[in-house]
Amino acid sequence: MKYVDEFRDSAKAAALLSEIEALVQAIGRDATRPLQIMEVCGGHTHSMFRYGIEGMLPAGIELVHGPGCPVCVLPVGRVDDCVAIAETDGVILATFGDAIRVPGSQKSLMQAKADGADVRIVYSPMDALTLARAHPERWVVFFGLGFETTMPATALTVLQAEREGIGNFSVFCNHITIVPTIKAILDSPDLHLDGFLGPGHVSMIIGTQPYEFIAGHYNKPMVVAGFEPLDILQSLWMVLRQIKDGRCEIENQYARVVAEGGNAAALDAVGRVFELRDSFEWRGLGAIAHSGVRPREAYARFDAERIFAVPNASLADPASCQCGDVLKGVLKPRQCRLFGTACTPETPVGALMVSSEGACAAYYRYGGGAMTDAA
Amino acid sequence: MRRLLPLWRRRYDGRGVSTLALRRPAAVAVRSGATVTLSHGAGGKAMRDLIRDVFVAEFDNPLLATLDDQARVDLAALQAMGNRLAFTTDSYVVDPLFFPGGDIGKLAVCGTVNDLAVGGATPLYLSCAVIIEEGLEIETLRRVAHSMAKAARKAGVSVVTGDTKIVNRGACDKLFVTTSGVGVIPAGRHLDADLAEPNDCVLVTGCLGDHGAAILAARGDFALETPIVSDCAALHGLIAALLKGAPETRFLRDATRGGVATVLNELAESSAVGIELTEADLPINEPVRGLSEVLGLDPLYLANEGKLVAVVPEAQARAAMAALRGHPLGSDAAIVGRVVAGPPGRVTMRTVLGGRRIVDMLVGEQLPRIC
Repeated sequence: MKYVDEFRDSAKAAALLSEIEALVQAIGRDATRPLQIMEVCGGHTHSMFRYGIEGMLPAGIELVHGPGCPVCVLPVGRVDDCVAIAETDGVILATFGDAIRVPGSQKSLMQAKADGADVRIVYSPMDALTLARAHPERWVVFFGLGFETTMPATALTVLQAEREGIGNFSVFCNHITIVPTIKAILDSPDLHLDGFLGPGHVSMIIGTQPYEFIAGHYNKPMVVAGFEPLDILQSLWMVLRQIKDGRCEIENQYARVVAEGGNAAALDAVGRVFELRDSFEWRGLGAIAHSGVRPREAYARFDAERIFAVPNASLADPASCQCGDVLKGVLKPRQCRLFGTACTPETPVGALMVSSEGACAAYYRYGGGAMTDAA
Repeated sequence: MRRLLPLWRRRYDGRGVSTLALRRPAAVAVRSGATVTLSHGAGGKAMRDLIRDVFVAEFDNPLLATLDDQARVDLAALQAMGNRLAFTTDSYVVDPLFFPGGDIGKLAVCGTVNDLAVGGATPLYLSCAVIIEEGLEIETLRRVAHSMAKAARKAGVSVVTGDTKIVNRGACDKLFVTTSGVGVIPAGRHLDADLAEPNDCVLVTGCLGDHGAAILAARGDFALETPIVSDCAALHGLIAALLKGAPETRFLRDATRGGVATVLNELAESSAVGIELTEADLPINEPVRGLSEVLGLDPLYLANEGKLVAVVPEAQARAAMAALRGHPLGSDAAIVGRVVAGPPGRVTMRTVLGGRRIVDMLVGEQLPRIC
């Protein structure tokens, strides 16, 4: 497949891997004290497992799978709120597919659907607007999820609903922003990260400038990375080069998609429709200031939180759950006391076992770090 | 089967003319354009007319035409074909009812024929039970029955007994079909999921995921135009060719729901072996790859309705490949992996990049990813 197979070439991968190995040796790190590099985005986590990249890397590199799976970090209380909306008479709840299995305190959307709620899987918020047009007698609520990647589509849909005067459409907004979260991770006292792979799709919207503080203030290198396996290997190589040279910069490997200034039209739509919340809760990480958005007052009539009475309870993660430590790279998934026993993809306890992009689910399903040739 | 059919015709038809020519619906008692109502399920004249004019007319065989409560089959004829009876059942609930490459009727015949054939059986008889939602157009039912009859004729099987139920609107989705099947396994033929041994070759008989991808695209949930066509087909001919070329074949399974990955996981568990796949060797049609890329799906888990997974001893792998590729339904056959000693129950894959990963069972349905 054109523009895909070129980025999965095994010979080029082998060449990159030998350069990566040489760099790790030159930096002087090995399995006893590996370089910890965090990929922030769940899409990268997925690719790494899908292609078995982790097992191909030298022992002197340890990948830390960050908080970038928006489905995983959705707190239990927000799922409960969404279920409550879905179970309100007259509501059609439209959601992305991978959100319907996320467990709430009582049930997931999938269970709510089985109990009679009208839950429909859509592939874009515009599909939800189409549902609203087709069912003027019903309330259509879109379960808005994701980082800056999916935020513009939700914003543009709200603007479209406004233009058309559609009164039965609203968004249950759980959109989150990446930068305050990276900052929260960097402020964590038990952190040892040596560098970052930056989120490609988020950066396509916000550009590379918002990450400058990572290099400037925290002295960590970051390379904004694409999602194909060669993108990831090249980005790792670029991070290692910075470490070897003693540089801390924000570099852009994904220049074929990501512009330094981001996407102005998308940012404009987001800015018109959304405002930052004072604080938003993350599963596994707790409340993080300014890490979520909600519709502005001018768009209150499209805000499901303002329209529907929801329990809005803040529910703590189970005490035994160690997702927070895994997210920060303090623990590997297998080191969590619940991994593979109480917490499995069938019965997820913690955030990271929930979605296929969650680090623990990926470890469980694809074998994680153990899947080397020796295994 | 081909040997048996003329025999029945002589015995039951009594006119010496092909039943196929005789039993076309001459007078249509059930109006076209009409819909199925609850009265069609009430057991009276309306029901009898519907069954006669739609099913009996299409399925066209003397065992069914008597409209008795059961089909009666001569045992001696079966015994001449083998020493074990194979018996299977499956329900079909596909949405949409008609899709590129097939429909629920063709699926219900081919699927059950395949479930018999992968056990080494010669498929012979099917039953057909339908649950119809009131309001379904009779023309739709006729099209489905026609498609079933066509698929059954092509596969050389007869639909010899059936049942019709009509339910209230909303109690089922348009039309559900259940087919059971009976076949005979020749003496000495043994195919089983616990027979795989280290060094055996794992084959697939063609491109993966066509049916699953065709259904996804046909649902029209996303505005993607694709040329993807379901691979829905009866595979007993292909299986006969394979078993002739590679008589030591150890295991066969049609890779339906859950796809090839699910079949291989079940096999690895039953045989207490490991399986190593090579991603680069998996045959996948470009449009299916494209759809999977766009939606974040893995073709290894997409359903097939005309593809087999076969496990063959290494010594017969070449012969198996030649036999498969010599058949129209096996032209894209490929050796995709190998059975290894362990770890038992684990399926792994050498990725295109050169890495390795586990290919596990899916927890639930495969869901498109959001980013």
